[in-house]
Amino acid sequence: MKKRDEPAASGGLTRRELLGSSAALLVGAAAPGAAQALTFQGTPEWKPLANVAVEPVDESAGWQFFTEEEAATVEAIVERLIPADDLSISGKEAGCAIFIDRQLAGAYGGFERLYMHGPFQDGTPEQGDQSPLTPGQRYRIGLAALDDHCRREHDARFAELEADRRDQILSQLEQEQIQLDDIDSQLFFELVLTNTMEGFFADPLYGGNRDMVSWKMLGFPGARYDYRDYIERHNEDLEFTPVSIGGRSDWQAQG
Amino acid sequence: MATKLPLTDAVVVGLGWAGAIIANELVDAGLKVVGIERGPWRDTAKDFNIASVTDELRYAQRQELMLRTAQNTITMRNTPSQTALPMRKWGSFHPGNGTGGAGNHWAGITFRFQPEEFRLRSHLEERYGADAIPDELSLQDWGTDWDEMEPFYDAFEKVAGTSGRAGQLKSGQQPGGNPFEGARSSDYPTPPLKQPYSPTLFADTAREMGYSPFPVPSSLVSEAYTNPLGVTMGPCTFCGFCTNYGCANYSKASAITTVLPALIRKENFEARTHCEVLEVTTDSDGRRATGIIYVDSAGRRWEQPAEIVVVAAFTFENVRLMLTSNIGQAYDPATRQGTTGRNYAYQTANNVQLFFDDKNFNPFIGAGAVGMGIDDFNNDNFDHAGLGFFGGGSTRVTPIGAAPINARPTPPGTPRWGSNWKRATVDNYKSTMSIGCEASNYSSPNNYLSLDPTYRDRLGRPLLRITFDFTQNDLRMAQYVTDKTAEIARRMNPRQIVANPRTGPWDGRPYQSSHVVGGFVMGADPSNSSVNKHLQVWGVPNLFVVGASAFPQNPGYNPTGTVGALAFKAAYGIVNRYLRNPGEMMS
Repeated sequence: MKKRDEPAASGGLTRRELLGSSAALLVGAAAPGAAQALTFQGTPEWKPLANVAVEPVDESAGWQFFTEEEAATVEAIVERLIPADDLSISGKEAGCAIFIDRQLAGAYGGFERLYMHGPFQDGTPEQGDQSPLTPGQRYRIGLAALDDHCRREHDARFAELEADRRDQILSQLEQEQIQLDDIDSQLFFELVLTNTMEGFFADPLYGGNRDMVSWKMLGFPGARYDYRDYIERHNEDLEFTPVSIGGRSDWQAQG
Repeated sequence: MATKLPLTDAVVVGLGWAGAIIANELVDAGLKVVGIERGPWRDTAKDFNIASVTDELRYAQRQELMLRTAQNTITMRNTPSQTALPMRKWGSFHPGNGTGGAGNHWAGITFRFQPEEFRLRSHLEERYGADAIPDELSLQDWGTDWDEMEPFYDAFEKVAGTSGRAGQLKSGQQPGGNPFEGARSSDYPTPPLKQPYSPTLFADTAREMGYSPFPVPSSLVSEAYTNPLGVTMGPCTFCGFCTNYGCANYSKASAITTVLPALIRKENFEARTHCEVLEVTTDSDGRRATGIIYVDSAGRRWEQPAEIVVVAAFTFENVRLMLTSNIGQAYDPATRQGTTGRNYAYQTANNVQLFFDDKNFNPFIGAGAVGMGIDDFNNDNFDHAGLGFFGGGSTRVTPIGAAPINARPTPPGTPRWGSNWKRATVDNYKSTMSIGCEASNYSSPNNYLSLDPTYRDRLGRPLLRITFDFTQNDLRMAQYVTDKTAEIARRMNPRQIVANPRTGPWDGRPYQSSHVVGGFVMGADPSNSSVNKHLQVWGVPNLFVVGASAFPQNPGYNPTGTVGALAFKAAYGIVNRYLRNPGEMMS
C-alpha cells in the first residue's frame, strides 16, 4: 500500500531519513494520518553521510552553557586535573573546558537520552547513579557551591587560588573530605573528572584534545581504519602520526 | 484504540540476529512476513561510514547505538528483599536498538556451546553423582542435544562467515583448533584472523604449559566472503573500533551485513521500524496467539493479526513481553512455581592485567574477536571433584583496540589526575595487556526476572526488574579460574600482575558483558521451561520465543553463536513440522 499522507518529520526520525528512504514504501503503517514509523519493502535507498555528520565544535563561538564566571572555574579545575608538564599542554590549553561547555549545551547536558523518571531514591552503590540532577544542573550547582566553599575557607573564588591550593581542594573533593552545599561532592567531582578526560582523549572534533595532543602523547594513531599490514609486526614501534576524523593540520597546508 | 491491519502469515518481533534469520527462512518457505523493529533501520553505508565511525565519544561514551534508557530500561536489585531501582545509564550490559540490534555493536566472538551443555544437569549427575549439584543451583537440561544443534550452528556460521580453525571435525581431531569443541560437520567458512602480539605471546606461553591454544572463533571475517544468501563481506582490518561500534568494512557479521540486505529485497517481507510492540494478543482461552499490538513513533496503536507470532527481541524484551502479555505463569521465587522469568543468568567476567616494561603491544590494533584462547578451564573440561563448584571460563586474549577515553590501564594506586597520573598513563599505554576469562553463570532460584511494581517506561508499561547476584558456586569458580589465568600471566614474566576475579555483589555500574540469558527457557518439561526444543511456547503452539532468553543457564562462552543456531532451529521446526501440522510439536 502506498503512503497517502506526508509523514511529519519528528519523533527521532529526521526529514533527511525520510527522504533517504524514498524508494521504500512509506506506508505510515498502512494507514492514513501522520504516522512517522517507516515501512520498508524492496531496496532501501540511502544518502551518503545522512546519518553520520557531527558538526565540529566552533571554538570561537564563546561559551554556550557556562557563564564567564563558571567557565573560569572550570578552566581552573581542568588545568589542575591535567596540568601542563613535559608530557603535554594542560587540560585548559587543550580545550577541555570548551568540550564540557558544548557537551552541556547539547543532549548530554540534559540527560535527554536517559531514563529520568522518579521516584528518585538512594539505593545501594551497585544500583548506580540515582540523582535526579542532570549534568547541566550538577555543574551549575556544584560550581557555585565550590566557589562558596572557597570564599568561606580561603576568602577567594576557586579560580583565584594558587595551583597547590586548588590541587588540595580537588583532592579533598575526591576523597569526600569537603561537603559541598546542595550537591554530593563526590558526584560533582567524578562528573568533572570523567568529562575532563573525555574531552582530553576524544576526537578533536568535540573541542578538547587540541591538535590531537593526547594522542601524540600516548602514541594512539586515532581515526585510522586499516592495520592489516601492521598486525603481525610484533613488539615494534610503528611510529604512526595520528589523524583525526577531521584530518590533521598539515593536510590543510598549501603546497 | 488499536487499528486492525490485514492478517499476515507471520509477524516477527525484533530484527536483530534471531528475528532476521527466522523472517528470512519463513519468507523463503513462501510465507508473508511482517518484521517489527522498535528502533531505526540501520544500514552500513548510511550509519557506519568509514569517515566517522572512529568516534569513541559518540559510540562508547554516549552509547549511540544502544537502546536509549529514556525509551526503555530495567530495574535491578541483588536480592528479593531489596527495592529495585532503575538502571538510568547502561553499565553492566549494552542492549542494542534498531535493525541488527546488539549484533551491530557486538565483539563477534562466535563459540558453539559444547555437547555436554545441552544436558548439563544430566551430565553433572552422571559424572559426579546424583546429589552433586548444590541446592543453590537450578541447572537443567535444554531438551535438545548436540546432534540436533550441530546443523544449525553450521548454518549460522555459514551466514556469518565465521573465521576460525576447527579442532574437532566428524572425521577426527585437527591440529591447532579447540580440542574441546563438539565434532563439526564442516570447518569454519573463513580461515583464522592474523594475530597481534599479545595473543601470540599468550598462546606461546599456554602451549609451553601444556594447554591447547586456538584462534578465537570470530564473525569478523578474515577474507572476502559471500554467504549462502548472496551477501558479500570484506576482510577485517583490525581498526580497533569494534565492540560498541558499527563496522564500516562489512567485516563484522550482523543481521544488517549478512541477512537483511537479501531479505529486504524479497517480495513477501516488509519491515516496520520505530514501532514498539506492546503485547502479544491471544484468543479467549489463551491457547492461540492472534497477533500483536504495537505503537508507532506518532503514538498510534496498531493491531497486526498473524497466523504465527515469533518474538525474537533481546532477552529483556522477550521476557517483559511475555510477562505483560500473561504468557505462561510468572515465576515466584518463594514457591519456585511459574516459568516466565525463571532461571535468569548472566556471565561471570574475570581478568588478569599484565604490566610490562619492555614490550610494545600496539594495543590500538585490534578487533572484538581477534585473539587466542584456551578452554582447558572452561565448563566441565577439567575434573571438578572436590573443588566445591561447577563451571569454568573461556580464557583468552582478545585485544579489542585501545581508544584512550577508556583504554588507559595503570597499576592500582596510581593517582587519577595530575602529573603523576599522566606519567603513569603514558608509561603503561602500549606495554599493558590483559587476559580475560569469560566464565559460566549458573542459574539459581533467587535470580529471576519480573515486572517492576513502581517504575514504568514512557508508554506507561512496567519496566522489567532483574533480581540477581552471583552464587557461591560462581564466586568460587571465579577465584579458581582467575588463579589459573594468573599462573599463565606469571609465566609471561611481566613487571606486575593484577588479578581481578569477579566478586559479589553484582554491580550494575561497570561494563561486564551483555550476555544476559534465560527467563523464558527451553526444556523438555513444561513445569520448569517456557518453550520446547523447537522454541515453541508450551500451550500456545503458534507462538515462538527465540533468543538467549531460552538458555536455562549460561556456560563460559559468548551466546551469539547459539542464538543464531536456535533461530535456525526454530525456523526449521516451523517450516518442516508446524506448517505441515499446525499444533503442539511436542506432547
